[in-house]
Amino acid sequence: MKKVLTGNVAAAYGATAARVNVVAAYPITPQTTIVEILSEIVADGELKADFVKVESEHSALAACIGAQSAGARTFTATSAQGLALMHELIHWSARARLPIVLTNVNRAMAPGWSIWADATDSIAQRDTGWMQVYCENNQEVFDTVIMSYKIGENENILLPTLINLDAFFLSHTSQVVDIYDSERIDSFLPPYNPKYKLDVNAPRSFGALTSPEHYYEFSYLLHNAHKKAKEVIREVGKEFGKKFGREYGLVEEYKCEDADEILVTYGTIAGTTKDAVDRLREKGRKVGAFKIRYFRPFPDEEVIEVLSKAKKIGVIDRAVSFGHEGPFLSEVKAALYESGNYVPVYGFVAGLGGRDVSIADIENIHDHMINNEPENLIWIGVKK
Amino acid sequence: MNSEKKVKLTIPEHEVMSPGHLACQGCGASLAMRYALKALGEKTIVSIPACCWAVIDGPFPYSAAGIPVMHCAFETAASTSSGITHAMSQLGQDDVTTLAWAGDGGTFDIGLQALSGAAERGDNLIYIVYDNEAYMNTGIQRSSSTPHGAWTTTTPVKHYKKGPKKNIVEIMVAHHIPYVATANIAYPEDLIRKIKKAKEIKGAKFLHLYAPCPTGWKHPPAITIKVARLATETNVFPLYEVTDGVYKINKVIKNVKPVEEYLKLQGRFRHLSKEEIDFIQQEVNKNWERLVKLEKAFGEDSE
Ligand SMILES: Cc1ncc(C[n+]2csc(CCOP(=O)(O)OP(=O)(O)O)c2C)c(N)n1
Ligand SMILES: [Mg+2]
Repeated sequence: MKKVLTGNVAAAYGATAARVNVVAAYPITPQTTIVEILSEIVADGELKADFVKVESEHSALAACIGAQSAGARTFTATSAQGLALMHELIHWSARARLPIVLTNVNRAMAPGWSIWADATDSIAQRDTGWMQVYCENNQEVFDTVIMSYKIGENENILLPTLINLDAFFLSHTSQVVDIYDSERIDSFLPPYNPKYKLDVNAPRSFGALTSPEHYYEFSYLLHNAHKKAKEVIREVGKEFGKKFGREYGLVEEYKCEDADEILVTYGTIAGTTKDAVDRLREKGRKVGAFKIRYFRPFPDEEVIEVLSKAKKIGVIDRAVSFGHEGPFLSEVKAALYESGNYVPVYGFVAGLGGRDVSIADIENIHDHMINNEPENLIWIGVKK
Repeated sequence: MNSEKKVKLTIPEHEVMSPGHLACQGCGASLAMRYALKALGEKTIVSIPACCWAVIDGPFPYSAAGIPVMHCAFETAASTSSGITHAMSQLGQDDVTTLAWAGDGGTFDIGLQALSGAAERGDNLIYIVYDNEAYMNTGIQRSSSTPHGAWTTTTPVKHYKKGPKKNIVEIMVAHHIPYVATANIAYPEDLIRKIKKAKEIKGAKFLHLYAPCPTGWKHPPAITIKVARLATETNVFPLYEVTDGVYKINKVIKNVKPVEEYLKLQGRFRHLSKEEIDFIQQEVNKNWERLVKLEKAFGEDSE
């Protein structure tokens, strides 16, 4: 059924279609409407679930951890300051191997107070063990919520997923979204049935004191789950495509086949980049766009396969790792180094704190790549 | 000795918790859990944050509690249990009791916000704080439950703790939850009755459980019960309960002992001057009088 929905509504409908059992969330701009809509859906009885109206994001994730450990499918959503407040439990939930799904509306960190798009909040959660996806449009938000449960709950994976959507550009922008009710989703997503849970008939302790004898292996296993997840993400993305007509992978290529230069990016800038590629192609430039969906697990295979064929790569980050460079840039360069194919890579930082990144900006980025030597950190439109 | 004479147990004989846990000798907190589980039985899921009990239960892959144990972050005993109780309700297991079991640091300090949230929401759980009046797991640092006059490693003898401990019971009563009570490991019948009562009530229930720590209080492990009993016999730790806002003092001590008797057994108070002991006595008297007034005003016989 096609509907016109904002990204936040798409996220809430995704959780509803996935028949989550427990939702625990706390309001923060620009995520708030996710909380509002879900609390109404639950109160109306359209979704048979408990909505825990917690007093903080920290408690939101703690409640999800408790509920998921007890065998419930859980959902939460937040943004920026809220995600940062959850940080301790972001680690906890991944190490506890709980396939929680969290939609994070990418928003800049204060100070100064900013409610606008910036990926620094989620990038700061990089090493926690969560899978991380960046969405380009509202359809992808809805679809990704559904797929993330299926991927995360796979018994070889058992990992939580952070689904990111850009503040306002998606959270508050209406787009046409093809949605399905839970009956349709049921045939794709079976009920959550974990092998180990808090069970009074089989009492176990979870998360106890762990000596150096075992902790190392827990980390090793968590990493291996990420490695295995890549294949599961590809499979589930294909299965979703067969069932619902839209296929997903760890990355998405756009006119990369014969491209001399490839522009790599994520989130909504990926959509703008595709439009810029079309315009540049009209001018006779052989350029392509490469969208990275999954930041973790990082798709090095796809990156190497597609990007090492190009003559120049430009990576556009809506975040900066202070004292270094754009975070996606680092990953792309590392993957190319691994391949032994040292394609020149340009690093661009754009759109911090919600500053608009236009098609013209992307065209300028391409001009810059044609006319200059590569550099790791090129600030787009900075007022000096 | 008359071998014919049989001791009649006044508390359930059945043990849920096993021996072989990692508590220090004379640990009040381990006894507290043992009694609590006698009251609650096997159909209980407990959340345990960072505290001595995170160690007492045993390292991976061991567990002494005999029920499912959810180790959780320091400030999340209440919020984790909220999640568990909502999951139980959604998964059709309403007969399972959800227990949050935390130290005074995890309750009076870092976990107070989450506890307040769970209480205000009325989440169906029992929250028990075992109070040993300091951060014992990390080596005896003061908490907001540390009483006036006490030595801890962050309130050393020269700069011992000044100021009263936080009144957590009144804080919880102010949340208008259906049941708030104090209990003491030296009074197991009263303790078990209260936990059983809490189990039968729907909503958020809170118990403040007095549990001496010989290691942190500097008293011999053999006298843990004696110290605990003296806390109640001196009115330092009165036994009372507040059911739907109605106060009831459960034990009125006829011959109240001087506070000094309680203090002098513990190395943590050894440095106290006569004046300080007198001051503590006055504070204890005041608190007791206040409690009596509360019972008069809001007890069963009040208007
Ligand atoms: C966020 C966080 N801060 C600090 C700690 C370190 N820590 C672990 S247990 C503890 C003290 C616990 O005291 P209490 O709750 O009174 O329990 P007890 O150890 O006395 O049983 C502290 C400070 C932690 N685990 N997590
Ligand atoms: Mg303590």
